Formats: sequence, C-alpha cells, structure tokens
Amino acid sequence: MSSAKEEIFARLRAAVEEHPGRGAGEVPRSYRGAGGVGAADVDLEVLVERLEDYQATVRRTDAAGLAATIAAALAERGVRRLLVPAGLPPAWLSEVPATAGVEFVADSADLGPRDLDTADGVITSCAVAIVATGTIVLDAGPGQGRRALSLVPDYHLCVVTEDQVVDAVPAAVARLDPTTPQTWISGPSATSDIELNRVEGVHGPRTLEVIVVVGSGT
Amino acid sequence: MTFLGMPPVGQGNLHGRPFPGEARKALANDQQRANLRKATGTIRGKRAAVVGELDDWEELRLAGAAIKDQVLYDLPALLEQFEAAFTAAGGVVHWARDAAEAGAIVTGLVQAAGARHVLKVKSMATQEIELNEVLEAAGITARETDLAELIVQLGHDQPSHILVPAIHRNRAEIREIFRREIPGVDPALSDRPADLAGAARTYLREQFLDATVAISGANFAVAETGTLCVVESEGNGRMCLTLPKTLISVVGIEKLLPTWQDLEVFLQLLPRSSTGERMNPYTSFWTGVTPGDGPSDVHVVLIDNGRTRVLADEIGRQALRCIRCSACLNVCPVYERVGGHAYGSVYPGPIGAILSPMLTGFGDHADVNTTLPYASSLCGACFEACPVRIDIPEVLVHLRAGAVDAKRGKKVPTAEQLAMKALGWVFSSPRRLEAAQKAGWAGSAPLGGERGKIGALPGPVIGGWTSARDAPTVPRESFRSWWKKSGRTRPGSPGVGPGEPGSRAALAGEVARPPSDPELTTGEPS
Repeated sequence: MSSAKEEIFARLRAAVEEHPGRGAGEVPRSYRGAGGVGAADVDLEVLVERLEDYQATVRRTDAAGLAATIAAALAERGVRRLLVPAGLPPAWLSEVPATAGVEFVADSADLGPRDLDTADGVITSCAVAIVATGTIVLDAGPGQGRRALSLVPDYHLCVVTEDQVVDAVPAAVARLDPTTPQTWISGPSATSDIELNRVEGVHGPRTLEVIVVVGSGT
Repeated sequence: MTFLGMPPVGQGNLHGRPFPGEARKALANDQQRANLRKATGTIRGKRAAVVGELDDWEELRLAGAAIKDQVLYDLPALLEQFEAAFTAAGGVVHWARDAAEAGAIVTGLVQAAGARHVLKVKSMATQEIELNEVLEAAGITARETDLAELIVQLGHDQPSHILVPAIHRNRAEIREIFRREIPGVDPALSDRPADLAGAARTYLREQFLDATVAISGANFAVAETGTLCVVESEGNGRMCLTLPKTLISVVGIEKLLPTWQDLEVFLQLLPRSSTGERMNPYTSFWTGVTPGDGPSDVHVVLIDNGRTRVLADEIGRQALRCIRCSACLNVCPVYERVGGHAYGSVYPGPIGAILSPMLTGFGDHADVNTTLPYASSLCGACFEACPVRIDIPEVLVHLRAGAVDAKRGKKVPTAEQLAMKALGWVFSSPRRLEAAQKAGWAGSAPLGGERGKIGALPGPVIGGWTSARDAPTVPRESFRSWWKKSGRTRPGSPGVGPGEPGSRAALAGEVARPPSDPELTTGEPS
C-alpha cells in the first residue's frame, strides 16, 4: 500500500494530465510596485492618519526628542513594569526619571507566559512600517524580541523611524526575510464578531501607541 | 500514466439536509434575517470603501487568479518544495488523504504531547474534517478561541459564515449564551459588544497562559520558504501560535503560494475583501521552529479530502483558488436571506454552493448537495466580488448540467424528463404549439385567482416549481395569433398600434430579461 503522500501526488498528477482544461498562464504583475520596484515616496502624514484610523495613538518627534517622548508616553500610561527586548538602544530609556519608579524587565528565556503577564507594557522597535495600510511589522530583530513580548502585555509602545517606512505592501514584502518569525500589526487587537461592531481590545494589547521618528539619526 | 478514475470524495462537515427545505425554515426566522441584513449590508459598505482606495484592484485580482492557477497546475512540485523547506526549518510534515486520516494524525500528535486539552485558532479546514468531534471521542477537549467561534461553541450551535461564524446571533443572544455557559461570569454582564469581548478575554486568558498544545489552520503556505501564515484580528491566533510548546496546523493542499513575493498580492486582496479593512489587525508568519521564539514542536498536516476530486473538474477546479475571504457571501442575495446554515456545509454561500458538491463527489443524484448549485439566481455579484476571480456563475451552470446528466442514466425517466420530452414534441411544430397555447389558457385561467397568478400546485414537477414562485396564467391570446390579426409583417413598421394592451402586457411579463454580464456590472448590488 502506498503512503498517503504518494497517493495524493498520484491523484494530483492524474487530475491535471487526464483533465488538462484551460491551463495556467503567466502571472500579470501590472499592479503597483510589484517586487518592491518603483515604490512611491512615503508620506508620513498618511501613515499617521492610517494608524489613527485603526485606533492606534501616535506621537511624532525627531531623533533628539525620542527619549523624552518615550518617557512622556510611559508616564501618561502609568507603566510600572516595562518589558525591554534585547537590542533596544539603552539611550531610548535614558530620560525616564528614576523617580517615576518604572521597573525595566529585560527579556530572558526564563520569563514564561505568566511572567510576561505581570508586565503592564512593552516597548519595541520595528522592522518596517507601511503607509498604505497603517501597518507596523516586527521580525524579531534587535529591539523587537520574540513574538510573545508584544502580545501578552496590555500596552505596546512601538518606535518607527523614517527609514523603516515604505509606501505599500509590495515594498514591505521585498524588505523582509521570510524565515524570520513575523507579526504584522495594524491597530490594537480588535474584533467585529458581534453584529460587525468593531471593538478594540480582545486578546492582544488593547492599547497600541506608535512613536514616529521624523528624519534620521536614531 | 496509470488511469486512476475519479479521485475519492471528501468526508466530514460538508453535508446537511437538502437546501430548499432548509432555506424555507431559515426564511421563517425573522430575527436571523434581520441580523444578516444588517451585517452583510455593513460589511459590503466597508469592503467597497477600501477596495475603492486602490486604483490597481483589477490588476491585483488578475495576478491573484493567475498565481493560484499556477499553483493548481504545479501542486506536486510545490508541495515537495514546501515539505523540504518546512522540514529543513525543524518542522514535521504529515499527509492526510481524507478527514479520518487527518483526525487520526492530529489525535496522535496531541496524545504524544501528553495533552487532554487543546486550544484552537479559527480554521475552516479543521471544521471541515470535524476535528473537535474526533478529539472529543478520544477524550481531548478542544476550546475555540476566536470570539465568534467561542459563541458558536458555547451556544452548541453551527457556524453560519466563513468570516463571522456567529453573524446569525445578535448581542442579546450572545449575552444569554455567555451568562449560561461561562463559569463565574458576572451575572450583570451587559450586552455592549465591548463588555462581551471583555468577558471572553478574561475567560480565555488563563487558558492561553497554561496552553501546551494549539491547533490552527493557515491562510497561506509558501512553497519556496516553508513559511505558514495566519491572518486574524483578535490576537487569539497569536496566543495560540506563540505560547504553547506544540503547534499543529491543518492545511488544505491548495493553500500553497509559490513564492514569498506572491504575498504582496494576497495580503492586499484578502483583508480588503474579507473584513473590509486595509489590513487586518494581526498577521503571523512562521517557518518551522525558531529557537527561543514560539513553539518548539511544530507540525503541519496537509490534507486532500476531496480537493484532488475538485482538481479533476476542468471547469470547477477554479474553486480551489478560494482564499476563504467570504466576500461572495456578503454580496449574495440568496445568502443574505437564508444565512449559512441552510447550505448544510462549513462552506456556505456562493462558494459553498460550488465547492461543497464538488468535494463530496457531485454527480450522484442521491447526494443532497445536488440541490446546492440551484441556490443562486446567477446574478453574478459573487464573481465581481471575488478577489481571485472565481467565475462562480459559470461553475454553477456547469454543475447544474452535471445534475441533469446524473439523472439521465436512470432506467425509469423522472416526471421532469417526461415533461421536457413532451414540451420538445409540442415546440417542434407551429400547429401543435398554437393548439397547446389555447389549451394552456383554458387550463390555467381557472387556477389564476384574482390577480391572474398561479400559486402553489400539487405534483412532482409543477409542485416543485410553483412552491417557490408565482406563475402568471397563460394569456387568453398568444403573440402569434395577435400578430396575425394585426396584419403586420415585421416588427417596428410605422403605424403598428398598441394592439390589445392586455395581451401585450401579459406577454411582456413572460419575457425574461437577459442575464446581465457580470463583467460589465459595476458597484455593489442592492
């Protein structure tokens, strides 16, 4: 008796050989920006508008103002225990005053889901941000950490720098390495399962705050 | 090449009772009709708005259809490539010919992980193979974590929509289900959607934090890289894909995409068609095992379960392009009125009307799914909405022809076949036609009632036809005899009078409007 795989493959081959039908043509890639080639200029105003449209909170700053902006965001939220992924630039947290009493919890393999659940926020960088859809992409790179970090706490503060911003989905796909574990995030966790009313906040972070850093030099 | 005959049919949650009777029951449910009308109307509006933002939408549809066609014609090579890449990345690939085999594989993997309780991400494939029931029989409880699936599961109910399975329930009904079924829930729980979602968050959080095994489907599987993708909104998917030690994904063999780059098309097509959003809140990608990030024991079960049967149908195979967005449900005038349960399969609506009967080996007239291709007015709205350009009306007509062919083989002709034969004999002679028209008026006028309409009549063929439609009585005078009397020779001649208004009006009522070309229609159907 043949294996399941062999049998399925025999069925697949026979289906197409005995019933050729219309066949498959070339893939017409005349849509915008295929392969990330010819991407349009990015418009940070539109990125902010789209992020806000899906209920993310957005702050704008430049490289010099980043640390102060982060400190202000954490203070307003009242974060006491903040998860910090490996590779996050220490300077980003340099203006959080000692008097604020914020505990920085560096991620480590010892932290299980219940430990992560005791944090009331996480700060990350990102890999790519997409203007057309208001999406930020995390790919486990420096300052982003493993996927669970940006999932379990109820508050996610994400820093996006201008060089990470692309116009649309094709340019984002072209920039990313498919073998990295990725999370594409567009607004806070949401559901429309009850009468199609959008409700923000089910299982993922109920608050997503994005800091857009204009210019270069972070 | 060995001739294998037709590949075996699919099993599982693909059959119900015949559509006409179920549709009649559903139509009598006023609450459900109101819920559906509101929900489908809302989502149609959202979809139209976000699709309108992209001026290259048609180009994306053309690319999406072509990529999926390439997949269907090249599945053996792409599946080999996927298996090699996924395995190299530390994952394990399993193959299942049918629902029973898939269920046994998953049960074995859960038992090997030592778990009695598993969490599930919403997945059409696992519903199709009735995985929850299979696990339960093995003493394993499976908890659905998508809010709508949770509502359905706690309500001991069936999903009625691909995207929003509890679309048939309103907030008051959901509150009642939660108050009855969730242990320790606040008895004063309100029916505000935010409070209901909050109750689900609290209930499931503990289960996420302690989970050891999760089961998912996948929206896409990239052959080139061995990458799996799950598209979701709530974060329950991320919880299941990230926190447990063991992750098992049940994926139909048609879910492959050749390359990573192809996602640039589908991540634009799917969210806008599905939830009517520019992008859904969360999309996860994983490739086998990543040490220190997510599950360390990662499996994928690739299932056939009738898909090769669909592939063997030259016209119908385009249904395998489907990315389960549910846009066709939301624009369908039939779905909007009867809802998902009437279709009797996990795949309802226009796509279900073609996919379910093909998966279950349509062609056998005894199959209840032979009624599904008739659950359509062939208006074409589904084709226009489909992001991968599945010509659903074309396949519906093709399957209807198959239904007629299936009956042709019978020794004893059906009443319908006898009636059609008699009709052919009448239509083949002008004299017989004229005589029949006169007899028709004499015969039908007494049935016509006050408005000249014939309602439900008894009998196998006439009864079936008139149970769902009023038919006008046959006019007193036929067009042929009116034409003769008016003494004209060609239409449009100057001086053609109104003739007898009564007969012209009756005639106009009889003439069916030509079907509109779905390619030419624009905008959302009303």
